[in-house]
Amino acid sequence: METALLIALPLLSGLLTFLFQENKAKQISFLISIATFINALYLAFNYCSCTLFNYDLNLNWINSLGIHFHVAVDGISLILILLTTLLVPLILLSTFQSPIKNAKSFYFLILAMESALIGVFTARDAFLFYIFWELALIPIYFICLIWGGENKNKITFKFFLYTLAGSLFMLLAIIILYLNNPARTFEIEQLYQVGRTLDFGTQAIIFWSLFLAFAIKMPIFPFHTWQPDTYTTAPFAGTMLLSGIMLKMGIYGVIRWLYPMVPLAFDFYAHYAIILSVIGIIYASIIALMQKNLKRMIAYVSIAHVGLISAGVFVGNEEALQGAIIQMFMHGINVVGLFFVIQLIFERTNALDMTSLGGIRAKAPLFTLFFIIILLSSVAVPLTGGFVGEFLLFVGIFQYHEIIAAVSGLTIVFGAAYMLNSFQKVMLGEANEKTENFKPLHLTEKMLLIPIVALIIIIGVYPKPFLKISEPAVKALIEIANSTIPLNH
Amino acid sequence: MNVLILSSLLGIIAMVSEIFGFKKSIWYLVIFSLLGIFFVNISQWDTAIRYYNNSDMIFIDNFSIAFSGLLILLAFSWFVLSQDQYKTGEFNISDHYAQIIFSLTGGLVLTSYANLSMLFLGIEIMSIPLYILAGSRKHSLASNEAALKYFMMGAFATGFLLFGITLIYGVTGSFNLGIIQQYVIDNSSNLPIMFYAGIGMLIIGLGFKVTAFPFHFWAPDVYEGAPMMITAFMATLVKTAAFAGFYRLFGTCFPSLGHNFIFTIGFMAGATILIGNLLAAYQSNIKRLMAYSGIAQAGYLLLTLLVLNNKSSNVLLFYLGSYATATLLAFAITYWVSYQKGSKHLDIFKGLYKSNPILAIALTISMLSLAGIPPTTGFFAKFYLFNLLLEEHYLPLVVLSVIGSLISVYYYFKVIINMYGYEEENSTTIEIGLISQLFVLLISITIIALGIWPEFFIQLLAQ
Repeated sequence: METALLIALPLLSGLLTFLFQENKAKQISFLISIATFINALYLAFNYCSCTLFNYDLNLNWINSLGIHFHVAVDGISLILILLTTLLVPLILLSTFQSPIKNAKSFYFLILAMESALIGVFTARDAFLFYIFWELALIPIYFICLIWGGENKNKITFKFFLYTLAGSLFMLLAIIILYLNNPARTFEIEQLYQVGRTLDFGTQAIIFWSLFLAFAIKMPIFPFHTWQPDTYTTAPFAGTMLLSGIMLKMGIYGVIRWLYPMVPLAFDFYAHYAIILSVIGIIYASIIALMQKNLKRMIAYVSIAHVGLISAGVFVGNEEALQGAIIQMFMHGINVVGLFFVIQLIFERTNALDMTSLGGIRAKAPLFTLFFIIILLSSVAVPLTGGFVGEFLLFVGIFQYHEIIAAVSGLTIVFGAAYMLNSFQKVMLGEANEKTENFKPLHLTEKMLLIPIVALIIIIGVYPKPFLKISEPAVKALIEIANSTIPLNH
Repeated sequence: MNVLILSSLLGIIAMVSEIFGFKKSIWYLVIFSLLGIFFVNISQWDTAIRYYNNSDMIFIDNFSIAFSGLLILLAFSWFVLSQDQYKTGEFNISDHYAQIIFSLTGGLVLTSYANLSMLFLGIEIMSIPLYILAGSRKHSLASNEAALKYFMMGAFATGFLLFGITLIYGVTGSFNLGIIQQYVIDNSSNLPIMFYAGIGMLIIGLGFKVTAFPFHFWAPDVYEGAPMMITAFMATLVKTAAFAGFYRLFGTCFPSLGHNFIFTIGFMAGATILIGNLLAAYQSNIKRLMAYSGIAQAGYLLLTLLVLNNKSSNVLLFYLGSYATATLLAFAITYWVSYQKGSKHLDIFKGLYKSNPILAIALTISMLSLAGIPPTTGFFAKFYLFNLLLEEHYLPLVVLSVIGSLISVYYYFKVIINMYGYEEENSTTIEIGLISQLFVLLISITIIALGIWPEFFIQLLAQ
């Protein structure tokens, strides 16, 4: 019941925003998101490691087709729920300084998306998972369409079409699994069993159909072409939702729905997926080096970082999976921090072109400190949150293949190059007419940046409790994936 | 049978309402009578009665009750939503209402016939009023063209249909569906070529009515020329009835025709999906866009004919219901918007979200449902259809349908992008009656609610 409440809370109470005045919408939605976060924290503290799945709720939904409303929380879900419920209030805070037209609809859509995202991370029924998966897409599409910037109509449509294309093939794969399930349910445990009894050809169809859906969402090279444009044109809050939380849906999908589902095809094809991911790392890093527009640069940086995570997920050993999970969390924190820093600069100087900026450090020392911590975490310097995940990922990938690990290791070198380069251009040097009157941080801005920086340091110094959360779930998944004979439960 | 008699009577009452001077209250009369007829219809559930001439003319089974119920509800919604069209005084309300109800009666025959002659009569009763209605904007060239074109094509279709019926009669010696079915079962290994020719003719004749490729080309012109709400009627109720008739014929008589039939229908359906969706993508006139959208959706509906069992009839019912409600809603909103803006170009939707948020959200829900995006009925209908087809291993056709759906997103989202993506300066609120507004909300909520809880309707015929 607790999980269902957590899913329903933002959506239903989000409707309340329509009862109040336009200028109250942001405070109300912020309170709702904080309440959701407290709810999630409560679930986290009462989480019992005695069983794998806590807060299990299984209701009949569409009986005649064997569809259930089945949600439950394991360690992996819990980390992603915490990420979602933490980031949404921060993202809402980021909109406090600039007025938004049609504020009620805007905040309602964000809260509706939060519900759908929690649903994606907890669903245990393939049909339910698919519904939440699509439900998460609709609000963000409208956020980008209504409040987006230049050329938004075409770009957001491309984004929608790409992700929908992936989703529809995922639906196909789900139906094939379902029709091969003698019990005719969409229950994930049963689909795991069904998946490994299929012949290789069918497994391959399912693998690639699911892969397409998840690869587009993350995005993995060469399915990434929607991403830089969408990130650039979306409003800042939309970009944060997309990069901070939504792309985790793709990684989560691989971990939960692809990796244990079709072991034969996974063993055979994972190599190709890893190579695509590594190509993506190098490709996106090189492009990121050449970007002038800060928002666009972070978009490519995000592709590079996600490439490393997805390589780790497809490697599929314990270190890599654990690394991927903690890195999903940290990437969400880092990228929201980075986009917020850019938003701050944009709101004060009205410029996104890094060559036209400079000299901010002298005007805003506290801001500079926050920026540099987020930046260091993003390039995975030890003792920052970003280090833990990348380190584990490299360990995992190294066990799989030395050369692939070495090539993907370039991400750190590149990362240092583009991040420090942009920092130097934006923050150092002489102040010009744009940055001269750079105002110090506002209270709401501090409220946003302090938790981010604090988390980066805490997880960087003492990551153990976070790793502990997901450990049993990861072990269980590996066990399922490595058992080629049908399981009994 | 009571339903048929009552609806004919209602048609006659509507016709004489002008003579006896109760034209003003005819709307209320029709609305409440239709509700009454609906309840009479569902009260027959699980009775299975045959009527007339050694009981082989009409057969009221659950299939016909379910589809008749859908038709009556659609007609009811049409009457509620089309009120405004009759406030301008351009059309004679009692003539129009009478013809619409007669057309509905023809549709009801199509859901419940047990004899090929009744199939023919049903199609004619349904179509003839529409030839007149399509041309009811007497001074408009486009409207006249639409009527003429519709009539010519209807005449062609009727010719093919009659020819097909004759050939089948020649082979089997009967018009009765049951006897034909028995004949097919007894001679399934060596059916004469004349029989196949007859089936081919029937497919052509009915293909015209359901706008299946390659008999779809008349639809865009007719839809464009006819008055908006008449187009809405043609695109929803008429198509629903024609599909029910199509399915009833093949589901009863020819469930075991083998792969020649499967190939023909499969090819027609696939081509209809592709052609409809591709051509729709190029339209900038909302009525033509909806016409091609209707053609594409007809392709999906045709796919149900590949699997002729209880489950597929239920898929057909659910898909038709979902398609028709969303389309009717879209046409009604288009009518109000285009009446105010005086154009039928897609541009009229620009800035609708700002000026009329309720209409914009309702139209969005309708488009999302047509495009098959959760949590709408349109999504569940597609899911249910794909499920049915994959169960019978029609993977290539499902992949084709998926690609078709992706193309369809392009043009359905054109409408959505127009509503949300542009700022229009001087757009004013559209005045709509309270009842219509509530009804628009009701339909929108129904589309979402039945997308989330479709349980009742997907079990209706499946047992």
